[in-house]
Amino acid sequence: MTVRPYTISVPDETLDDLRKRLARTRFPDEVEGAGWDYGTNLGYLREFVDYWLHAYDWRAQEAELNRFRHYTADIDGKTIRFIHERGKGPDPMPLILFHGWPDSICRYLKLIPMLTDPAAYGGDPADSFDVVVPSLIGDPGMSRSDRERPLAKMAEISYRLMTEELGYERFGAGGGDGGSPISQILGANHPESIVGLHLTDLGFPILTANFPDLSDAEREYLARSQEQGFTEGAYAVLQGTKPQTLAYGLNDSPAGYAAWIIEKFRTWSDCDGDLETVYSKDELLTNVMLYWTAGPSVRAVSYREEWVSGSLAPDQQVDVPVGLALPPKDIDPIPPREYAERNLKDIRRWTVLERGGHFVAMEFPELMAREIREFFRPLRATQGEAIPKGNIRNP
Amino acid sequence: MPIDSFRIDIPQPVMDDLRVRLQETRLPDEVEGSGWDYGTNLGYMEELVDYWLNRFDWRAQEAELNRFRHYTADIDGVGIHFIHERGTGPDPLPIILTHGWPDTFYRYQKIIPLLTDPAAYGGDPTDSFDVIVPSMPGYGFSDRPHERGMTSARIADLWARLMTDVLGYGRFAAGGGDIGSGVSQLLALGNPGRVVGLHLTDTGFFSLDTGIPDLSENERKYLDAIQQLWMQEGAYSMVQSTKPQTLAYGLNDSPAGLAAWIIEKFRSWSDCGGDIERRFSKDELLTNIMIYWTTETIGSSVRLYYENLHGLPLSLLEERVDVPVGMAVFPKDFIPPPREWAERRLNVERWTEMPQGGHFTAMEEPELFAGDIREFFRPLRAERRTAVEVSG
Repeated sequence: MTVRPYTISVPDETLDDLRKRLARTRFPDEVEGAGWDYGTNLGYLREFVDYWLHAYDWRAQEAELNRFRHYTADIDGKTIRFIHERGKGPDPMPLILFHGWPDSICRYLKLIPMLTDPAAYGGDPADSFDVVVPSLIGDPGMSRSDRERPLAKMAEISYRLMTEELGYERFGAGGGDGGSPISQILGANHPESIVGLHLTDLGFPILTANFPDLSDAEREYLARSQEQGFTEGAYAVLQGTKPQTLAYGLNDSPAGYAAWIIEKFRTWSDCDGDLETVYSKDELLTNVMLYWTAGPSVRAVSYREEWVSGSLAPDQQVDVPVGLALPPKDIDPIPPREYAERNLKDIRRWTVLERGGHFVAMEFPELMAREIREFFRPLRATQGEAIPKGNIRNP
Repeated sequence: MPIDSFRIDIPQPVMDDLRVRLQETRLPDEVEGSGWDYGTNLGYMEELVDYWLNRFDWRAQEAELNRFRHYTADIDGVGIHFIHERGTGPDPLPIILTHGWPDTFYRYQKIIPLLTDPAAYGGDPTDSFDVIVPSMPGYGFSDRPHERGMTSARIADLWARLMTDVLGYGRFAAGGGDIGSGVSQLLALGNPGRVVGLHLTDTGFFSLDTGIPDLSENERKYLDAIQQLWMQEGAYSMVQSTKPQTLAYGLNDSPAGLAAWIIEKFRSWSDCGGDIERRFSKDELLTNIMIYWTTETIGSSVRLYYENLHGLPLSLLEERVDVPVGMAVFPKDFIPPPREWAERRLNVERWTEMPQGGHFTAMEEPELFAGDIREFFRPLRAERRTAVEVSG
């Protein structure tokens, strides 16, 4: 057991340095009427940086973050940070939730209390969860020399965190973006420990697979995803091939880092082009701050290993029960169910949400809370049963 | 049309501000032993930033640049900066040379004297050129376009006006590489009666369309190789074509970020065997970067990719260029095309496969480059004179 409580506390020097950089931000020009067509809008970013410098209160946000219980654990010689909140109910079920890029633990801050204490939100205390949310910015479990499969490695570290460090035998897992493949790898590699997986997207592991027998719906989905990739996916190809080249500008310029991140929040959210219909500037900034203060890390923007080695192989199956809550305004169109079932062999719940985008847990946390509760409710009965390894598929 | 002479003189506050930023550079970490696999190498960047801060002498470089005659002219409301050097010889042929990205007018600095005054370099004075090297709109000391739609085609139109209305040339030669190749081709397409010939170092616009029915074996190999390389090396272009503004914030705010973005290309596209300084000195690399930094044009320069993707009609890229074309193909450029591929759209009259050199030919191999330009245009000079006599 290496678990120790941890408080987020950014040194004053980091904040002073940040203030200096923000004050001297050298904005580029923009063509007239560009809107967001060319990327992050200049007028909005000016307003955003001005707010950051003059109105945003990091210490207040830090205090908010510290209302959650944060811990560190040492696994494999690396320190991983995570939130661990115990549920209030007769029999809370342990659940680990993974964020992706460019979000952070902020993805789940609104959702955590709804899951730990459903009764306080008009729900049933029998639906309560113990919630664990690890912070994955910069792949904290990776060593500087690791160059292979960080998602698989994060899945393994998370498994050891839940079992060896926190003492849970069986637990649920879930997430979106990079958090989706991490969850799926956990399910594939440790079916005996995973009660079920709750996902908001399929992740990105199998888009490039050449399946011979695609249905028309699958074909159309892949074509539309590819089209989307041409207009919106350049960042991913860049982060997958030359992350280091990108990292110099982002780590030296807070405005540059913010622009790179918030463009994604706008495009991928159910906000009709107006970020602040679903996020406050404080929320957006606190997420950016977690990247900025994590230190100048190339891994925070690197997809290179995933790009080279993939994550979940096209023939790798997930046999544990899966629930999908698919937001209508996510990056890619809603996948056909048969496409999801190529890897996910036991989909028990399939919901196309009434609203929401890629960061639905931040955008509409109550929808996520509903989905997670309902998906896991029938599985709670099996939580205590030890299911022998290899016998998951035919219960 | 009025022409103003121009001197490069970067205000001291810009230099002082740069110094502060370089001193306080917050460099990222790197994956151990990643070399240049993940992009611009950290150790090299540390060395370059240190040199920039402690050894690089911008004022000396500025004085070097100012040895050329610089001008600006307002063309259709766009201020265009250009170098204009008259040839020393009996009948200099005017040539407009267009740079690309991430280089600048500086690309042609070494070859300007070789072309204007061949006799001074052991050549024949009858091979001399009047050399015009403009900065594309959004680059260097030209204006940044305020409106959408400044595509390579519009730049070609501005070049036609620069050569005729501003400088008074009736017929002229053109040449370039990278984006400059496309601009030169569009200039010839729009002004076939005025352009004597085109000298190109790459085919410029290329299509990834492998569905063309009668591809030769070499063409098929070439297109496959490009497509493969593109997924490894082409992301910069995808970002610049779709989200240039998002990228611009970090690069316009961080000199180290800007330098990293640019020098990665100089290393991987040149014939340097992985050692960038085999081809470029730090002074050369930094002078080119300084032209972007001090004019704050990285955002407007990468925007050209967006404008071309969204504003160039595909039909234009399929039109055949009928003026004579000389292609000098350098072995370490992106991927040199087979001749038949170039001939699909270009009237190739001269095809030279160079023994060495890469994408930034005029910087890497100025003598080879100048020699090829002289030889290609030599027979065309006579035709030009004949045409002038007949029309006169």
